[in-house]
Amino acid sequence: MPVEYTERGMLKYTEKLIERFRNPKNIGELKDPTVVATEGDPTCGDMFRMFMKIENGRIEDVKFLSFGCAANIATGDMTADLIKGKTVEEAEKLQIKEIVDGLGELPAIKMHCATLAYKTLKKALTEYKQKQASGAQAQPKGYRCRS
Amino acid sequence: MKVYLDNGSTTPVAKEVVDAMLPYFTERFGHPIFLYSYGQEAADAVEQSQKTIARTINAKPVEILFTSGATEANDIALRGVAYANRKRGNHIITTKIENPSVLRTCDRLESEGFKVDYLPVDGEGFVDVAKLEEKLNDKTILVSVANVNDEIGTIESVEKIGKLLRDRKEKIYFHVNAAAGYARVPVDVGRISADLVSLSAHKIHGPKGVGALYIREGMPVEPVSYGYVSLFNLKPGTENVPGIVGFAKAAELAFDEFDRHANHMRKLRDKLISGFERVPYSVINGPRGDKRSPANVNCSFKGLEGESMLLHLDLNGISVATGSACSTRKLEPSHVLTAIGVKPEVAHGTIRFTLSRYNTEEEIDHTLEVVPRVVEQLRKISPVKPEEL
Repeated sequence: MPVEYTERGMLKYTEKLIERFRNPKNIGELKDPTVVATEGDPTCGDMFRMFMKIENGRIEDVKFLSFGCAANIATGDMTADLIKGKTVEEAEKLQIKEIVDGLGELPAIKMHCATLAYKTLKKALTEYKQKQASGAQAQPKGYRCRS
Repeated sequence: MKVYLDNGSTTPVAKEVVDAMLPYFTERFGHPIFLYSYGQEAADAVEQSQKTIARTINAKPVEILFTSGATEANDIALRGVAYANRKRGNHIITTKIENPSVLRTCDRLESEGFKVDYLPVDGEGFVDVAKLEEKLNDKTILVSVANVNDEIGTIESVEKIGKLLRDRKEKIYFHVNAAAGYARVPVDVGRISADLVSLSAHKIHGPKGVGALYIREGMPVEPVSYGYVSLFNLKPGTENVPGIVGFAKAAELAFDEFDRHANHMRKLRDKLISGFERVPYSVINGPRGDKRSPANVNCSFKGLEGESMLLHLDLNGISVATGSACSTRKLEPSHVLTAIGVKPEVAHGTIRFTLSRYNTEEEIDHTLEVVPRVVEQLRKISPVKPEEL
């Protein structure tokens, strides 16, 4: 029977992360969003839904819903803060490192949370651009846990 | 209000236990192998502790081996018996819901050529004794089943398993990991026909780093670690005398009023369970009533993730454990919940509440006030709808 052999060490969150988890500024749904993107899968234990209001190529507002751990909520909130007010082109340049740096640091095992927030953002932006180009709904791609 | 409800992980050391231990660090510090009075004082303390622990499980004092904890006890039991009997057979049977200390040791034994069968369990975590019987063959040397499951509190029919094994012509050794069950449900080594029983001190208000393995007198067990032998061949090294004294004191306190403590925990357990049943889209995992450990409550709250729940409860002063992947280092939902058929998306929202005799009714009231509030709060921000799970 396969038993997980896991890394030893402490699992610790920074104060910045815990503060974001306790009081996320951008959590909730957005009325009349320009674009909505969902990534993750509850069977994997984390899922994001990001709502964006985009006007004239600028991200006016961002909100998100989270099914996930504290790192999931905190990285989502951080991501929303980092792209709010930016143009779509600027938001596309966002790096995962900026999300992590914004929280101080992230335990290695929680890095996928930042990746998930980042992927949700990318998906939202892609859908927005496709919508702009054709008005058609983008096809959601299959999702694999921790990919 | 601070409410500690993770007594299945570890417990606070009882004041009386600390008091009993303290002299063994300073004035009674001796090495128990030596003949001068300091040594004899320490040896007496170890011997007395053996007597105390033996009494709680109806064993003989010489059958008690002190270890560094239940993990080491499990390792000595499994590998020690496997190595000592490898000429006779290489087949071991355990279950899918054992503690990792058993499963990882089995994993190791498999890599050394032993064959291990992992019995499935039903939806409440019960092992089917008939299925166990089907798996027995002439190569079977050892069966290992915990008397109480540490996650969902299922009390297994170890007595039936013991009888089945006792009635076989060929000797099949029976190991019972009682780390989660000790001082919660009675353990009588004669009644359950166990050859080996693992115990832990820090789950019964004793110190960390101490446990014991009951080994039926005269049975063959090969050492799994080597080095300087003091009192016990199977556990080399100088004995942790203060720890052993503390373990015995903790056992004495726990068994002094065993029924009263069990009834107290059972009452709090049932109060928690009926409170959680009123929370929409919640599911109690494991059995109800007499077949459940008095100290265990395990509940899945659909549509939310356990680590967030754990941290929000912590912000409200309540300490719990979760079956969610996110809180551990392995990112897989609990193997126990998986084995009883809980879907991963539900397993991720599972919280374990484990009681001790020190928990109070007020603490449970506080918990029942906070939990529904946190559940609602987290469901509000979740993209996953509980009714769809």
